[in-house]
Amino acid sequence: MATLTIGLFSSLIGSMNYDFALKLAEAAKDKGHVVNLWFSGNAAGSPAKGQKHLKDYSHGEKPLRALIEKGVEVCTCEACSVSRAVQKTTAIEGVKWNAMHWYLAKIYVSDRVLHIGGE
Amino acid sequence: MSDVKIAFLVQRLPYKSENPKLAATHAMSYQTVEILLEDGQTITPALCYVGEGVLNCLKDQKAMETYGITSTEMHLKNCLLVDMDVYACKEDLDKYGIGEDKVIDAEDMGADKKLQIVPFAKIQELMETSNHVMFF
Repeated sequence: MATLTIGLFSSLIGSMNYDFALKLAEAAKDKGHVVNLWFSGNAAGSPAKGQKHLKDYSHGEKPLRALIEKGVEVCTCEACSVSRAVQKTTAIEGVKWNAMHWYLAKIYVSDRVLHIGGE
Repeated sequence: MSDVKIAFLVQRLPYKSENPKLAATHAMSYQTVEILLEDGQTITPALCYVGEGVLNCLKDQKAMETYGITSTEMHLKNCLLVDMDVYACKEDLDKYGIGEDKVIDAEDMGADKKLQIVPFAKIQELMETSNHVMFF
């Protein structure tokens, strides 16, 4: 089995990149791979808890919690998140907070890296 | 002891998108990644500007005056100051009429490294020899 790191820079709402990344992470994890997920840029606004699931918009909280439950390591860029008013106290539990070197360190040990750029 | 090479390819305009700045800050974090790696493990970034991305390399950016934020120029100068390899595609600079005298340097900060203006073939070679390529 391999290690996959996904760097996600797209916002939860605005494109289907976020939705795709989470589904890919789940599929890879279900196959037995080690999966790391890094949020930066607009994606760092997504770990906010208490998201209302409106049918016209992508919904990230429930699938993100499920990924963490399955053992996917999820980390957000602290500076990117707090600048978007997401605090540790208002974030989904289990999401790690770190700086950009976390992403580089995960890349170091990864067999494959999928970098999904932002808007 | 092993080194992982990462090529950061910046294709987007400065300020229109956050991505070019994130490319520089992510590349810069190679300076502190060692705290999360074992002894002898290193990451070597190469920051490459192509297409419209070369506009990030213009000097005298007024981001602080205009937007109240640190300029991409300052991030790039910091990259040069810590001896990171920063490349700009010559063909794309030529398309915009940007000469060497108009691109960023960090001599005033005491940097030894200069922004390297190279043919696209060199950037392609960097992409081929890197372990990972990331597009911003």
